[in-house]
Amino acid sequence: MPALLEIDHLSKAFGGVAANVDISFDVEQGEILGLLGPNGAGKTSLFNSISGEVTPDEGEIRLDGRRISGLGPVACAEAGIARTFQVVRSFDSMTVLENVMVGAFSRHPGTHAAMRAATDVLTFCNLLERADRPAHALSPPEKRRLEVARALAIEPRIILLDEMLTGLTPTEAQEGVALVRKVQARGITILMVEHVMEVVLPLVSRAVVLDLGKVLTIGTPEEIVHDPEVIRAYLGEKYAPAA
Amino acid sequence: MEAIPDNAITRRRRNELRCALAVLVVLAILPLPISDVYTQNLIILTLFYAGLSQAWNILGGTCGQISLGHAFYFGVGAYTSTMLFTHLGIPPTLGMFAGGAMGGLMALLIGWPCFRLSGHYYVIATFVVGEIGSLLFLNWDWIGGASGLYIPFHGESWINLQFRTAKLPWHYLFLTFAAATWLVAWLIDGSRWGFAWRAVRDDVVAARSLGVSVFRSKMAAAVISGFFTGLGGALYGQFVGYIDPDSMMTGSLSVLISLPAVLGGVGTLWGPVVGAAILIPVRELSSTFLGGSGRGVDLMLYGAMIVLVALARPQGLVSLLALVRGGRNARTA
Repeated sequence: MPALLEIDHLSKAFGGVAANVDISFDVEQGEILGLLGPNGAGKTSLFNSISGEVTPDEGEIRLDGRRISGLGPVACAEAGIARTFQVVRSFDSMTVLENVMVGAFSRHPGTHAAMRAATDVLTFCNLLERADRPAHALSPPEKRRLEVARALAIEPRIILLDEMLTGLTPTEAQEGVALVRKVQARGITILMVEHVMEVVLPLVSRAVVLDLGKVLTIGTPEEIVHDPEVIRAYLGEKYAPAA
Repeated sequence: MEAIPDNAITRRRRNELRCALAVLVVLAILPLPISDVYTQNLIILTLFYAGLSQAWNILGGTCGQISLGHAFYFGVGAYTSTMLFTHLGIPPTLGMFAGGAMGGLMALLIGWPCFRLSGHYYVIATFVVGEIGSLLFLNWDWIGGASGLYIPFHGESWINLQFRTAKLPWHYLFLTFAAATWLVAWLIDGSRWGFAWRAVRDDVVAARSLGVSVFRSKMAAAVISGFFTGLGGALYGQFVGYIDPDSMMTGSLSVLISLPAVLGGVGTLWGPVVGAAILIPVRELSSTFLGGSGRGVDLMLYGAMIVLVALARPQGLVSLLALVRGGRNARTA
């Protein structure tokens, strides 16, 4: 049986700049996999390939053994891949409930069914009391949660979280962590990009570290923090333990 | 059948429908005591532009694709219905739907290449394509070329939509047109399509990530918008009894179709209605009082109104109502 999501020798360059080079790893059903790396390591670029926003130059991506790379974002969403965005996006002319309904319509074509499904998701994400507020009037942490709610509304198999904990206060980040655990408890697999290691490592079962577009290492949080390559990439040559 | 959820959205929609019914009743009674032909015509034209701008608003407002080529769909609708009537004897009551279908088809054919562009480039493309269409019709002798087509009068009849002096039938015809476009816009607003189209307008990337097909959404909005614009063209042709490319297909007509929605509130249900109720009387009154010497003054007035709205209230006049209501709610809360 194949893993839920397989990244198979994926490469992508933008105008001669290699963003991802020969990347391979699997995401198992039900796990939280962290995707780490310094700025410019190619994390968001990889996310764009997985969510179908860009087509990889080489290699392929499979969901449940079926190739999804190159099919475009709409087909990827239908197949069960949801995502949030690093720079928060929202439909600003709509209310919070309406924002989530846009996603809910993909599984519930009827308006009232979509409304009920979206209401359930808002309850799950602790946003129900904000349901009728315009999306643009939310606070930054609420906007992050709206992103998650909208993504959950398409009833995904796997959800890609792009730095959803970055830029939050410690209390807000704690709420975000709690939400991520709740999503996992629902049986949804999670792939999360984060560059703040201390936030993400307690949360994930395994992590992939990217550097300069390549996979530096894959392992459990324990293995990652002691990996000399990782320390070198994050802190520089000086702090690397002598081999 | 499950119960309808009771929330802000369903409550808002119920109120909109109630409000529309009240407006419809008022507008149905309104012409009865009026005997002055000038006023009758003014109301008829206002209803007509309210419907036409609502049709434009489905694509330009809800889906956010600003088109400046709608006069082409309008003209195609008028020509289709007129040609069917004069050559095949098909009554305009049927012909107007053929005109609408041709308008929708043109929107489909023009949308196919133009929706590959976005933002300002899309607007420019629609304007250019509309002008090219108008030039083709101007030089097409079979359909009358520059001299246009007279619609032969076959006696007063509802089937042929011909009335020599009576204004009341036109009032109810254009009231039906305006009400139908409003109802279609209302239905779309509450459906899966309406949500998808507004998502496309607000944020294309987020919409795609939620499984909304952007190109298909734009095409569907264009076809429905083109259909009602073409149907409006067919009705207007019957109303004036004479069609030619200069009066039915010019770029300035495209602008006029979009203006009520822009003034009243782009993408709102009541924007086109409110906008037309202000714009059309102003246009008619200014050209009456200023006469021939005032040519172009009406255009300056529109310009001034649009600039004022754009500066002071870019969401359009309808948003002032929300402001008043919001203020009241804030006080009671």
